[in-house]
Amino acid sequence: MMNTKENTTTPVMSIEDISISYGDDKYAVKHVSAEIEAHSITAIMGPSGCGKTTLLRAINRMHELYPNISTEGKILLGEDNIYEMPTMNLRRKIGMVFQRPNPFPTLSIYDNVIAGYRLNGIRMKKQERDEIVEKSLRDVALWDEVKDTLHSKGNFLSGGQQQRLCLARTIAFRPQVILLDEPTSALDPISTSKIEDLLVELKKDYTIIMVTHNMSQAARISDKSMFMYLGELVEYDNTKKMFTTPTDPRTEAYLTGKFG
Amino acid sequence: MDNIINIGKTAGLLSSIGYRKAKNNIFKILVMVFSFLTISMVFLIIGTLLVKGYKQINLAFFTQVAPDTFTAMMATANGEVIPGGIVNGILGSIYLVLIASAIAIPMGIVIGVYLSENSKKKYACVIRDLADIMQGVPSIVIGIIAYIWVVVPLTKGYSVLAGGVALAIMMLPLIVRSTEESLKMVPDTLKEAAIALGTPYYKVIWRVLIPTSFSGLISGILLAVSRVLGETAPLMLTTLGNPDVNWNVAKPGSAVPLLIWQFYNDPNMVNLIWSSTIFLMGFVLILNLISKWIGAKRK
Amino acid sequence: MNSDKILKRVLFFSSLVIVMIAAAMVFSLFEGSLPSISKFGWRFLISDKWDPTQGSENYGALLFIVGTILTSVLALVIAIPLAFCTSLFVAEYFHGTKLASIVGTLVDLLAGIPSIIYGLWGFYILCPLVVEAGLSPQGFGIFTSALILAIMIVPYATSLSNTTIAMVPNDLKEAAYALGATRLEVIRTVILPNARSGMTASYILAFGRAIGETLAVTMLIGNENAIPHGLFSTGNTMASVIANQFGEASGLQLSALIELALLLFVITTIINAIGKYIIKKIG
Repeated sequence: MMNTKENTTTPVMSIEDISISYGDDKYAVKHVSAEIEAHSITAIMGPSGCGKTTLLRAINRMHELYPNISTEGKILLGEDNIYEMPTMNLRRKIGMVFQRPNPFPTLSIYDNVIAGYRLNGIRMKKQERDEIVEKSLRDVALWDEVKDTLHSKGNFLSGGQQQRLCLARTIAFRPQVILLDEPTSALDPISTSKIEDLLVELKKDYTIIMVTHNMSQAARISDKSMFMYLGELVEYDNTKKMFTTPTDPRTEAYLTGKFG
Repeated sequence: MDNIINIGKTAGLLSSIGYRKAKNNIFKILVMVFSFLTISMVFLIIGTLLVKGYKQINLAFFTQVAPDTFTAMMATANGEVIPGGIVNGILGSIYLVLIASAIAIPMGIVIGVYLSENSKKKYACVIRDLADIMQGVPSIVIGIIAYIWVVVPLTKGYSVLAGGVALAIMMLPLIVRSTEESLKMVPDTLKEAAIALGTPYYKVIWRVLIPTSFSGLISGILLAVSRVLGETAPLMLTTLGNPDVNWNVAKPGSAVPLLIWQFYNDPNMVNLIWSSTIFLMGFVLILNLISKWIGAKRK
Repeated sequence: MNSDKILKRVLFFSSLVIVMIAAAMVFSLFEGSLPSISKFGWRFLISDKWDPTQGSENYGALLFIVGTILTSVLALVIAIPLAFCTSLFVAEYFHGTKLASIVGTLVDLLAGIPSIIYGLWGFYILCPLVVEAGLSPQGFGIFTSALILAIMIVPYATSLSNTTIAMVPNDLKEAAYALGATRLEVIRTVILPNARSGMTASYILAFGRAIGETLAVTMLIGNENAIPHGLFSTGNTMASVIANQFGEASGLQLSALIELALLLFVITTIINAIGKYIIKKIG
């Protein structure tokens, strides 16, 4: 198997001039270009309505579920344009965790973790499945809490545990990139910090792009940050640098709380 | 670069993607075909009626009573259009619906008001369930009920009143439920505003709740009427039929579906069926569509 | 205030009307069936005799119970794929579009067509087709009736299904798509398990509707008092035998027919109650 660790300065993903519109001329995202480094955590921040979630969902082509949204530009994963890949392939390489935890309520914890494989019709021996489930749950620090109740449905799990389950479901596929859409906004502070610690651990094996409305979260765990405003990518830089010496006055206004 | 765990050969995975896509597309086509099949039934049925019946429709249709079997036989033998119309049926149906509405609408609305004002109570749930059960009773059983309650003891024979009672029993649950649903949609804040102004309860209902939900109530009533207009089975056991227009509630009366049934059973009158069904179908459909249109306007 | 209390009392008593009507219906049916019940007892349910000749009258419900169940079950079997696909069309594939609301309205119109018109259409269009296909000498029978019944109950089967399918939360579907599922896979693994109870309830209610349908079946089933032995043989259902014989029946025969009506009443009530119970459990 090839060495999956990249040189940290080689981009794993290249977003090239992406614009996204709802209907005619209502652009939610305008001409965004950026390169994402491998094994980093990139935070996308900005006030409500700035287009950050729209941009994120373009990366795994979720917009194609809704007919009135059109996307221009391209996104390269390695050397492949994601718009020329079958979506089923794309979504195995790029996984997504949503804002509100959404484990499948009719499936057990075990089946939830392995859901990606089941859905894609991939057959495996039981032993392989057990291994994947255990490894994924360990990687999200959930194994010890659920190992005795793997086959019951997860209704008793707390919000934080459910979100970690969704994360386990995503990394069961060993994707290259994990997209997270405000993953902790629905959670309490303790669960939030557990997930933040988790993400920092996970970046050793994955590349993480995270939309967050919480500046301090971005400051805590991200390596690079994007600031978006009114659909434009205003600034994209190393987090430390952007937070201490932002280049654009709009970035500074946002970071100092002049608008939210 | 292979970031996917090595399970099966990559080539196998790729062809399974093609396979899954194919299944996906085939299923979508299946769904569309079956849906189309279902829809086409509407057109097939209405189309058949129109094609077969348009020749028989003329002004006499609405003004004359149904011909007797002998006249019909002569006309067909001579290749003429059968004379006569269905005015006894039309007026009979209207009369029946009026009687049924006079019974069912006031009662239905009042009960609907009760349910919406007391909706959380256990007793109200029982009433609601009973009303739903009544709605599910087969129409012929309701015909038997009206026979036992009216034909035997009250009018001592088949009668318009019995038919009206049967239709009323069928309309009642529909009106109760639609009234309740419409009233529930009136925002609580309106009610509370009226109460805060010291309005007596009856005025709150009469001046606030009912006017605000009026289109919903009308929509429900129209739907109930359209449903009973086409009923035949209960009428066969209650109002039986009448060759003339009859305004006496204690005597048998006619109705359009009954006439159609008569024509169906009489080989000489068979050609009259289609024009009558066009009329019935058209009326029922128009009421149905108006009811939906009113209901949609509220949203 | 006094008028408030009076009004509340009036409303309460009005609701009693429903209770009284329901109770009176059961009572009247029971009373009317007493002669038949006291003569035949439980055997009524399993006897396949139906003999109105004076002096040797003997009635049993079995023929009609079998006929009713055969036509209704067959109707449901035909209706379910149609209803299932139409529900998916309206509530999933084309959910929210104008096309879906047109299709939905058209399906509702099917429910508004009077049953006599269905019977006529079946008689004049479907029966000749069945005869031409060589399936049956006159076109009447279980199959023809079931086919028309199926079309009649599709709207009942789709109405609740549409609501439950549309109510499956969007983020569950998105989670499945984000894992690379095709639409069919999302339907199978997310929509169906979550909409299953609602769909079952709607099929049960459709079944109840089929059992009670009278006129269309009367016109198409062939009016033969015998146990149907094949898909295309003729027979009778509880509703159709009542429609056919009530006008001229009296005495014990009348009572037997009323007992059949009581049976119909009980069966449809139980089926509808089961359907409602499932709906309550979901909500």
